[in-house]
Amino acid sequence: MDLNLNRVGRLATLLLIPLLLAGPARAAGEPLVVYTARKYQLVDELFQEYGRNRGIEVKFVTDDGAPLIQRLIAEGAHSPADLFISVDAGDLWRASEAGLLAPVESPMLEAAIPAHLRDPEGRWFGLAVRARTIAYSTERVKPAELSTYAALGDARWKGKLCLRSGKHAYNQSLVAMMIGDLGEAATERVVRSWIANLAAPPFSSDTLLLKAIAAGQCDVGIVNSYYLGRLQAETPAFPVQIFWADQKAGGTHVNISGGGVTTHANNRAEAIRFLEWIASPPIQQRFAAVNYEFPANAGVAPLPVVAAWGKFEPNLVNVGTIGRTQPAAVRLLDRAGWR
Amino acid sequence: MTSSQRLSPTLAAIAVALPMIAVVVAVVQGAAGADPELWAHLREYVLAGVAWNTVILVGGVVTIAMALGTSLAWLTAACEFPGRSFFSWALLLPMAMPAYVLAFVAVATLDYAGAVPVLLRGWFGPELWLPPIRSTAGVIGVLAFAGYPYVYLMARGAFMTHGARALEAAQSLGLGPWAGLFRVAIPLARPWLAGGAALVAMETLADFGAVSVFNYDTFTTAIYKAWFALFSIETALGLALILLLFVGAALALERAARGRARYAASDSGARAALRIELTGARAWMACGYAALVFALGFALPAVALAQWAWQVAPLDLDGRYVDYALRTFGLAGMAATLCLALAIVLGYATRRAAGPVAHAAARVATLGYAVPGAVLAVGVVTALGAADQAWRTIAGGEGLWLQGTVFALLLGYVARFLAVAHGPVQGGFERIRPSLEEAARGFGLGAREVLARLHLPLLSAGMGTAILLVFVDVMKEMPITLMTRPFGWDTLAVRVFEMTAEGEWERAALPSLAIVVAGLLPVALLTWRMERAARTA
Repeated sequence: MDLNLNRVGRLATLLLIPLLLAGPARAAGEPLVVYTARKYQLVDELFQEYGRNRGIEVKFVTDDGAPLIQRLIAEGAHSPADLFISVDAGDLWRASEAGLLAPVESPMLEAAIPAHLRDPEGRWFGLAVRARTIAYSTERVKPAELSTYAALGDARWKGKLCLRSGKHAYNQSLVAMMIGDLGEAATERVVRSWIANLAAPPFSSDTLLLKAIAAGQCDVGIVNSYYLGRLQAETPAFPVQIFWADQKAGGTHVNISGGGVTTHANNRAEAIRFLEWIASPPIQQRFAAVNYEFPANAGVAPLPVVAAWGKFEPNLVNVGTIGRTQPAAVRLLDRAGWR
Repeated sequence: MTSSQRLSPTLAAIAVALPMIAVVVAVVQGAAGADPELWAHLREYVLAGVAWNTVILVGGVVTIAMALGTSLAWLTAACEFPGRSFFSWALLLPMAMPAYVLAFVAVATLDYAGAVPVLLRGWFGPELWLPPIRSTAGVIGVLAFAGYPYVYLMARGAFMTHGARALEAAQSLGLGPWAGLFRVAIPLARPWLAGGAALVAMETLADFGAVSVFNYDTFTTAIYKAWFALFSIETALGLALILLLFVGAALALERAARGRARYAASDSGARAALRIELTGARAWMACGYAALVFALGFALPAVALAQWAWQVAPLDLDGRYVDYALRTFGLAGMAATLCLALAIVLGYATRRAAGPVAHAAARVATLGYAVPGAVLAVGVVTALGAADQAWRTIAGGEGLWLQGTVFALLLGYVARFLAVAHGPVQGGFERIRPSLEEAARGFGLGAREVLARLHLPLLSAGMGTAILLVFVDVMKEMPITLMTRPFGWDTLAVRVFEMTAEGEWERAALPSLAIVVAGLLPVALLTWRMERAARTA
């Protein structure tokens, strides 16, 4: 193949065609622009439905929370984004600390979303709740043997505990909550006792961890409940069950997927209206159900497969304080050697 | 030579390095704000560990990838054995398999709860011990299989042209064919082998996807952790700067070690079709070895992907995939064309320029391949943010001119993948004897004519390799695409991200398989070209 400049030129022209085809679509009303860390298949259908109802276009890009925050910072006052949606309270706290989210006063949102799941200043609101708790093998563990997160460090679980990577935000926020409840020194002792009990190196995902429990590599672990919801929906006989941790005191750790209106929103009124729509009962049910989560709106019931795990007392500390403590939690994990 | 003639190549080299210079400036500025207290923490608990891990990983991956790539290239280029012509192209196919895909296939099938160990325990009892895949050896193996095709491609090109001659030279010195390999062919192929090794090393340094699946801590995971978990992008950029300095120093050392050696081909003329005929057990060992590498690096993972994809296809496969594929091809094509053009400019400029500035610019321009894509993306959005701000100040108006456009994406791709185009193009330039240029100029040809009528025709093999390498790499690219893409510019890799984000690896099989299948096309083109070159040579 003798590539000469002429050919390269022609090739380049040919390759520019998709660029023209993909030019921006224009819609009648001002579009609503969303930067979302909640992924495509969990949001696309509702975004499109909202757009149809309102006769506007809902445009969105997905990415992890941290890059979306950096994109918002770089775009500054001229960012096209109206809304930021995250899957971790830490990212919402970080975004509001960076001045990227503007306070919203909405009696509807304040009534629908419990106080510990939203920013006291109204800069972000939880829209779906994920509980991080204990999962156990139904074949080798009796629920009576379980009680608290801390008790997973007991000698009886030596070589029987599985954990996900300490690099993941969900574990960091759990440890951040424990720092708030127990203090840093006691939390570090607990984490070290967990590491000493590990049956296998930390996993990179909760799903792998749950499969490891099912396969017999370990007996207990700490996971977000919706991962089990998915596996149980596929395989009803999946031999792993949920135990609600810390029910006698403190409550089970919860995190949120939530959103806030950006400081430089072009379409602020629409963004608020969208948040209120997502927080309204029929939409709440669907928003949470698509990912086997708990609705943030306390008046809305979760899916039957989720409800079957029973009711639980959540830890009522504001999820935003978890974001503030998260860097301290990460350092603690480094010291304790939770990879 | 007038002073402008001496100056313009240097300026051209600097211009090509601009995207990476902009990124480096943004990284340095950001790093200046790093939190000293956090640094102290990282020094005490993190840095030594991740530095050691990174050295082990890069050392292991490069060693294995070099061994696989060089040996397979020698077998298919200079030997004859059953299946040789099939393996000569099939061994390139793993290039279409993104490292993160290979990693999740390996862990999902070979970890304790994976299909293979479950099956084996079913046969041999529950107490059966199997080597853990989630280990240092496991992650090294996966990245080596993902990386060896780069070495194979570069080495094979060198052996195809030098190999036969090396053997003749060896014979005339009374050396056997294997001594010919180690004492003549490999030393002669050194710039290409080093180029392949450098690509593998840089790719490994920058990898986040595969090491995350294995939960193996490297410098790159530390950068992500500082950013995502410690909420300090400044500290993350500080870590990235250390990585950049380290890579820059390593590349300079390699360059210095190579010294003033020249590797111009003795002639570009006819090539004797001299191959070592392997017979009997040796022939079947060669065949079995090639088959094993092909099976582990491509065939078995592709079968696993196809099986998962089959399960989710009814839920997920629809017309959007055509759009994803078209956009992927479009972006990869634009980026590849751009990188090729810039690599030619860079290669030509460094050849013509006097003084060290152009060479320094070339080194900066090609550093990006060793930097995690996400860091480059931060550099790009930051630099373009500043450019947009400057433009609004000068010209007035509202909005974003450069951010969130295809230009931003392409800038990121050039910063990251210029090295991939630069390697083969530079290798091609080095094989053109300076005396040829002198002769051409002696005939009164100007610089432009020499480039068009002498260099480009002689570079065509390297150019083809360059354009297709970048093409395949862009198809697999994830973090830059995610962070800088305009609305609606979702590619196949973006789809993989969407699916893996909540740990649903099996559901990501469909877009992953689509990347592999789409990637086969350029790889097939590349191998077809290699074969044709071999036939007509």
